[in-house]
Amino acid sequence: MTSRAGPSPGLLASPRMVALLAALAAGLAMPMKAGAVSDPSEMLADPAAERRAEHIGSRLRCLVCQNEDIEDSGADLARDLRHAVRARIAAGDSDRQVMDWMVARYGQFIRLQPRLDTDTLLLWGMPALALLAGGGTAALAARRRRPAPSPLAADEEERVSRLLEGDPS
Amino acid sequence: MLSAILSPELGRFALALSCCLASMQFALPLLGAARRRPGLMRSASGFAAAQLLALVVAFACLVVAAATDDFSVANVAENSAVLKPMLYKITGVWGNHEGSTLLWCLILAACGGAVAAFGRGLPDALRARVIAVLGGTAAGFELFCLFTSDPFDRAWPAPPDGQGMNPLLQDPGLAFHPPILYAGYVGFAVPFAFAVAALLEGRVDAAWGRWVRPWTVAAWSFLSAGIALGSWWSYYVLGWGGYWFWDPVENASLLPWLCGTALLHSAIVVEKREALKIWTVLLAIATFSLSLSGTFLVRSGILNSVHSFANDPARGVFILMLLALVIGGSLALFAWRAPVLAAGGLFAPFSREGSLVLNNVLLCSVAAVVLTGTMYPPFMSLLRGQAISVGAPFFNETAVPLAVPLLAAMAAGPLLPWKRARMRPLLRRLRVPGALAAAVLALGAWGLQGVMPVLAAALGVWVICGAVADIAGRVGWRRDPRTLPRRLRLLPRAALGAALAHAGAGVSVLGLAGMSQASHRIVEARPGDSITVGGDRWVLRGVADVAGPNYDARVATLDVYRGHRLVAVLHPSRRHFPAQDQTTGEVAIHTNLISDLYAVLGDEHPERGTVVLRLHRNPLAPWIWLGALLMALGGALSLSDRRIRVGAPTPARSRSRELRTPALEAAAAE
Repeated sequence: MTSRAGPSPGLLASPRMVALLAALAAGLAMPMKAGAVSDPSEMLADPAAERRAEHIGSRLRCLVCQNEDIEDSGADLARDLRHAVRARIAAGDSDRQVMDWMVARYGQFIRLQPRLDTDTLLLWGMPALALLAGGGTAALAARRRRPAPSPLAADEEERVSRLLEGDPS
Repeated sequence: MLSAILSPELGRFALALSCCLASMQFALPLLGAARRRPGLMRSASGFAAAQLLALVVAFACLVVAAATDDFSVANVAENSAVLKPMLYKITGVWGNHEGSTLLWCLILAACGGAVAAFGRGLPDALRARVIAVLGGTAAGFELFCLFTSDPFDRAWPAPPDGQGMNPLLQDPGLAFHPPILYAGYVGFAVPFAFAVAALLEGRVDAAWGRWVRPWTVAAWSFLSAGIALGSWWSYYVLGWGGYWFWDPVENASLLPWLCGTALLHSAIVVEKREALKIWTVLLAIATFSLSLSGTFLVRSGILNSVHSFANDPARGVFILMLLALVIGGSLALFAWRAPVLAAGGLFAPFSREGSLVLNNVLLCSVAAVVLTGTMYPPFMSLLRGQAISVGAPFFNETAVPLAVPLLAAMAAGPLLPWKRARMRPLLRRLRVPGALAAAVLALGAWGLQGVMPVLAAALGVWVICGAVADIAGRVGWRRDPRTLPRRLRLLPRAALGAALAHAGAGVSVLGLAGMSQASHRIVEARPGDSITVGGDRWVLRGVADVAGPNYDARVATLDVYRGHRLVAVLHPSRRHFPAQDQTTGEVAIHTNLISDLYAVLGDEHPERGTVVLRLHRNPLAPWIWLGALLMALGGALSLSDRRIRVGAPTPARSRSRELRTPALEAAAAE
């Protein structure tokens, strides 16, 4: 075997998709992803800017993949999006501006963390809702379980007072 | 010879027979229990054993077909090949839809058989009903297997060779992940059957709790191990150091685990205090429902796209109807019969029971968030026509914070007495764990990046020390050290197992905290270049060709130096499988249990004489799965407890009188 140029990530992605479908069919609890060993020349020279780019990239979905962010994906599209993020950062955009730019071009689907609006209110409110519902149910059940102590009958009252006075008879 | 006897036709016949037997296993014992006919009730065990035997035969037929390369069986032709190693020929049986469905049925039948074998101490009617419910569920899925996913279908003309298996799936981790995972999923069918039987009887008592608990512990241990194995596989195969992606596939396995963990704890309250009975019945139903949805909705593809569901309408409609029948039926039964169940014992909010309620509220809240996040995109697309994504950043910011109070309470819960607890003794026992956690918090704030990692490190230490404090208190560690081993041995195994599982959770959390500090670099290097990652110096020695059994590989050799000492030599590689014309990356990992060195070989650029390398240093990475292993072992230890073991009375008490320790007194009180 002679030296071989590695196949492009795009070629890699499609057999992985096949593997994904196979794993889905077998009901495995493991994600099939196309791990990218990205080209180092993609990265920004400034480490701080590169860190920002990676952070933004980890919140952007590779649109042709299965629930993968663009930093981790080996697909061609993800590479193009990585370039775009870095170009925007190099041009001086803030994190917010890069995100808005992406959403304007590709829609809400590209955000791995959906925006809070009336449609996603239930999604974002679920932690609080679940805690309230669980806590409320527990509190209600506890209250119902505790029967109100019935008042003492007259003879019991008398026995108690006698016991308290120290007369055990 | 073997293949002549165990033919695919025999397999299909055995599968059909098992379906008939399962139907009988459903109908007759239920009838017997309703009419109080002891003979009919006792028939349950026989049917369960026969059904299991039939499925063992069916499964053996499929294994033989795969092992002997019988490509006239469509399933084998589609998934196997002559050149595939024997291990993967056999484990490949459950690496596809039809085979895994058959395995699923086999494990369900084994559950029925296990209840029949170990359930001799159960009241006749309860045992009959439990086995009947398991039979009914099994019959449904065997019908599904027979009509829509027949693994024994013949292909004609038979191809000379099979299509082979995806190289990515040819991995030992992947080979044993499905049986373990399925044992977890399907194991929850037993608590489910107990819940349905209890609803039919209209009675839940402490004995019921004592019965449900070991089955739940067993299923939970398998599921924990299965999920951990899947996560470990992603780590060492997928190749960028990730271990959990909040993928719908993973969430589908996490949901029954969360619910099952809650069930595990609420069943304790039923057994010890006869409280939370209705809730526990509901949890048992919910856990198995999530297991079913996990295995079958995921493979329908509905979670990834509503459209892929239409690919195989017959399968999809059948499975939806089956799920609706099992889940909807049991929930309807619950709504109808739950009011009959008597409410149980009283307890103050600040008590062992109270802490277990808190555990349940928090675990179920995490489950609700994960379920909502997983189901939101398909529902948004269906109802509002909008495409949105819900990914890791969402779950990390909503589900993970809910784990903080859960872990905080985890150390305290086991130290609390039943019924009513007082704050002062608790604080006294948590002095040491608290001090250590505070120290880690202070050190972490100084040395770690980010708020959550610091919190996670402190909570991990807190949980582990809490588990140690629990055992130290039970064993009376201040007393005579000479009898300490004996006292430790006399501790209830269930208590030891619980502490071990809790400590395991702490170890996993420490692993997560460590991994958040992982560092990596992607570089383009020439042989001889040296690269520094996280304080280590990596030197690329060279890249060479190596031929494998059914692939060609390019293998890089990397030396790693810490200071001037050579600590590891790693060989990451890329394999090319000519049969599928597919390339996979083989990660190289060197671990010393404190941190992993992790190397991936990327593209080569022959024109420049360079290769792309991705080099990671992953602190505490193995702890994530080590912790999960401890959790599963804790479950196993707990199962070996004689009091939890089926029907065993407790003659141990009088023998141990002579040696009075708080541990024994606590054990006796329990």
